[in-house]
Amino acid sequence: MTTANVTRSIDARGMPCPGPLMSLIGAIREGRVGDVIEVLSSDAGSRTDIPAWIQKAGHDLVEIVDEDGFARFVVRKAR
Amino acid sequence: MDGQTLSLVLFSGTDDKLNAAAVLTAGAAAMGRKVNVFLQYWALDAFRSDRITKDHGVAPEAGSEGAAILARHGGQHWSDTFRQAKSIGEVAIHACSLSMEVLGLSMEDLDPLVDDQEGVASFFMNVDGPVTFI
Repeated sequence: MTTANVTRSIDARGMPCPGPLMSLIGAIREGRVGDVIEVLSSDAGSRTDIPAWIQKAGHDLVEIVDEDGFARFVVRKAR
Repeated sequence: MDGQTLSLVLFSGTDDKLNAAAVLTAGAAAMGRKVNVFLQYWALDAFRSDRITKDHGVAPEAGSEGAAILARHGGQHWSDTFRQAKSIGEVAIHACSLSMEVLGLSMEDLDPLVDDQEGVASFFMNVDGPVTFI
């Protein structure tokens, strides 16, 4: 279970690379500092791309939760 | 912006190669790199506004089996991926002026994704590292 309160959830399952990351970037841009954004992705590239981007962009990766056939990435907008 | 500019010269106009170029562009833009794209010949032709989303086929190495796999995979059109890349980063797409002349095109014939037309020397003004040719 996700412990943080999710502000916005994006279902990017079925989107190929780099779709889920692009959706996350869009949501982060539209959001406010402190917002918690959740992205559901079935794309294997997201596993490396989303953490790499979060590190680069200076946000917080709250958690990655493996689900059946997809992963849930929970991100806090830090700046 | 940080890191080297991603400089791409796009020559091929098939959907698979343009999709690969769009994905590279989006990834580089996401990671804060500038992207400098130069469109020549068939890649430029594929950016014509009247046919950008039409079927541009796939590279010959795909064969019929590969073409069928790509058709089944579907996914977002490469033009939308380029648009996303432009919305998140510093991505400039230039039309090669020679190719414009060869194909008899003017800027009004091209999708708004294309920023301007320029000569090859102008393209190299913004190159600060290797050039990738697709």
